[in-house]
Amino acid sequence: MTDLYRTVRLIRRFEERAIEFVRSGEIVGGIHPYIGQEAIAAGVCAALGPDDVLTSTHRGHGHVLARGADPARLLAELMGRETGLNKGRGGSMHAADFALGILGANAIVGAAGSIATGAAWAARSQGRDTVAATFFGDGAMNEGMLLEAFNLAALWQVPVVFVCENNGYATTMPVASAIAGSITARARAFGMPAFTVDGQDPEKVLEAMNTAVARARAGRGPTFLECVTYRFDAHHTFEHRARLSYRSTEEISTGRSRCPVEIQGARLTAADRAAVDAEVESLLDAAAEVALGSAHPDPAAALAYLYAGGA
Amino acid sequence: MPKLSYLKALNRALGDELERDPAVFLLGEDIRAAASNVTAGLFDRFGADRVLDTPLSEQAFTNFATGAALAGMRPVIEFQIPSLLFLVFEQIANQAHKFSLMTGGQCKVPVTYVVPGSGSRTGWAGQHSDHPYALFAHVGVKTVVPSTPADAYGLLVTAIRDDDPVVVFAPSGALGVREDLDFGTLAPIPLGEGRIARSGTDVTVVALGHLVHDALAVADELAGRGISAEVFDPRTVYPLDVDGVVESVGRTGRLVVVDDSNRTSGFAAEILAVVAERCDLAAPPRRVTRPDGAVLPFALALDRAVQPGREQLVAVINAVLEDR
Repeated sequence: MTDLYRTVRLIRRFEERAIEFVRSGEIVGGIHPYIGQEAIAAGVCAALGPDDVLTSTHRGHGHVLARGADPARLLAELMGRETGLNKGRGGSMHAADFALGILGANAIVGAAGSIATGAAWAARSQGRDTVAATFFGDGAMNEGMLLEAFNLAALWQVPVVFVCENNGYATTMPVASAIAGSITARARAFGMPAFTVDGQDPEKVLEAMNTAVARARAGRGPTFLECVTYRFDAHHTFEHRARLSYRSTEEISTGRSRCPVEIQGARLTAADRAAVDAEVESLLDAAAEVALGSAHPDPAAALAYLYAGGA
Repeated sequence: MPKLSYLKALNRALGDELERDPAVFLLGEDIRAAASNVTAGLFDRFGADRVLDTPLSEQAFTNFATGAALAGMRPVIEFQIPSLLFLVFEQIANQAHKFSLMTGGQCKVPVTYVVPGSGSRTGWAGQHSDHPYALFAHVGVKTVVPSTPADAYGLLVTAIRDDDPVVVFAPSGALGVREDLDFGTLAPIPLGEGRIARSGTDVTVVALGHLVHDALAVADELAGRGISAEVFDPRTVYPLDVDGVVESVGRTGRLVVVDDSNRTSGFAAEILAVVAERCDLAAPPRRVTRPDGAVLPFALALDRAVQPGREQLVAVINAVLEDR
């Protein structure tokens, strides 16, 4: 209970601080804030074991933090520093930590589902007990390559859990204008169980994910979880300046009324909650200090790592 | 000495690597039945998990291979139609190729993409007859186009063992080439090392894949007229053996390239550029290519008309030798 709260609180405060760093220019290029969707990353990652793997999205900071990546190294990555998770070569949309089974955030919508399916299939063929979780948004449900991945995973009973974060919009396109039929019905058509989950409550997500992981680990194949959520902030920080009008203020305020941090926080005593909050702040203070104090990569090494073994 | 065909050399390379390394597995469409013959006998030898017959989902199974590679495998994908590479260009150029740099070297993606029957197959028309090796070179994906059975074997083995994505084009026009050789001499061939297929002193003809055989035939013909043409086969399109090309052209002072790419931004254009940067030429260089933006038309005479041919090559060599 406390762990789930710590995770959602950590993600929330990390993102709020990251937005400030975008404003101050320490983070160049902006970010896709995960604010409002924290319960999904927290619940999904809490159900994974140490040998499991995940793939993430352009809105991926929450997944990476929930999996246990060092916030200092993630922040350093967003700032393009040599100490970053990817040595400053990936940035916000590509954070990866292979030591933790984070096979990378992917900037192409719908691309990672088939990568996760291949990784999970490979692990099984090597006799390992690995389950893969792959995150994607409602927009990805219209990418043919992801639908192809559903087919391969169901056909070959691959131990992968498809986690759809339905935040209502593909950038500015509402789900109702983009998706014919239903999201879960599409998944069920491939012969895998599909459930709609309250994506604002980390415990509900964890419960559904525990069932999905157990099923995958038992060799019974993929599960699809549609986690219904709401993106509290912009699609991308550029929207802070662009002032797009695709969501009404009423809708935003209704959406924000079910806050994962408040929902999980209400399950703790005030004292416990305050203690976690203080712990998170000091962790993030230290992370900011490390990130801001880290070296920028040497331009002479701009193409380091282009090929394997090329440090 | 036994004869080995180019097609059989590919098959032998796959079988040897499957045998040698349990991380290697094959995937692709109709590879169980071996529709192209490249995987003949391998399903029976290695089973369904190592010869994985896939549904018609090129984009997903190309990324699937990337995921498997991230998990420690060495997948080899067979694409039986060269134009399918357009469909999976994102998955190769934007995914597999970029993982190493974007993750700061945390991972490697050793996937091999084999395309038996690239280029024109005669009568397969516009959407089955492309030869897009220059596209992959342009984005920096390692790319090879072997011309002989021994090279097909050696370069495919090297591609599979390489820790990066490698595209192996096996031109339709070369699949039937046979070579007398001692199978014991088959060995890996390093990427980025060209070979002089025929020595000569008057002009260097750079040719790739099936066109190496056309260039050799033309060189034979010209030898009868007292012209000594050297044929240089780069074998790897990227990384290119620039030093090998420059060494040859440095000796002959003249350059002709014969290339089955479209002309603009094609492979021949790159050879002309590196030679222009590094060599003093006795005459302006020339190239024989497919025309700009060519779509291969169906009718046989039209198909032939847009492919580089021997007559064009002879004419261009003569022109380069006349230019002073």
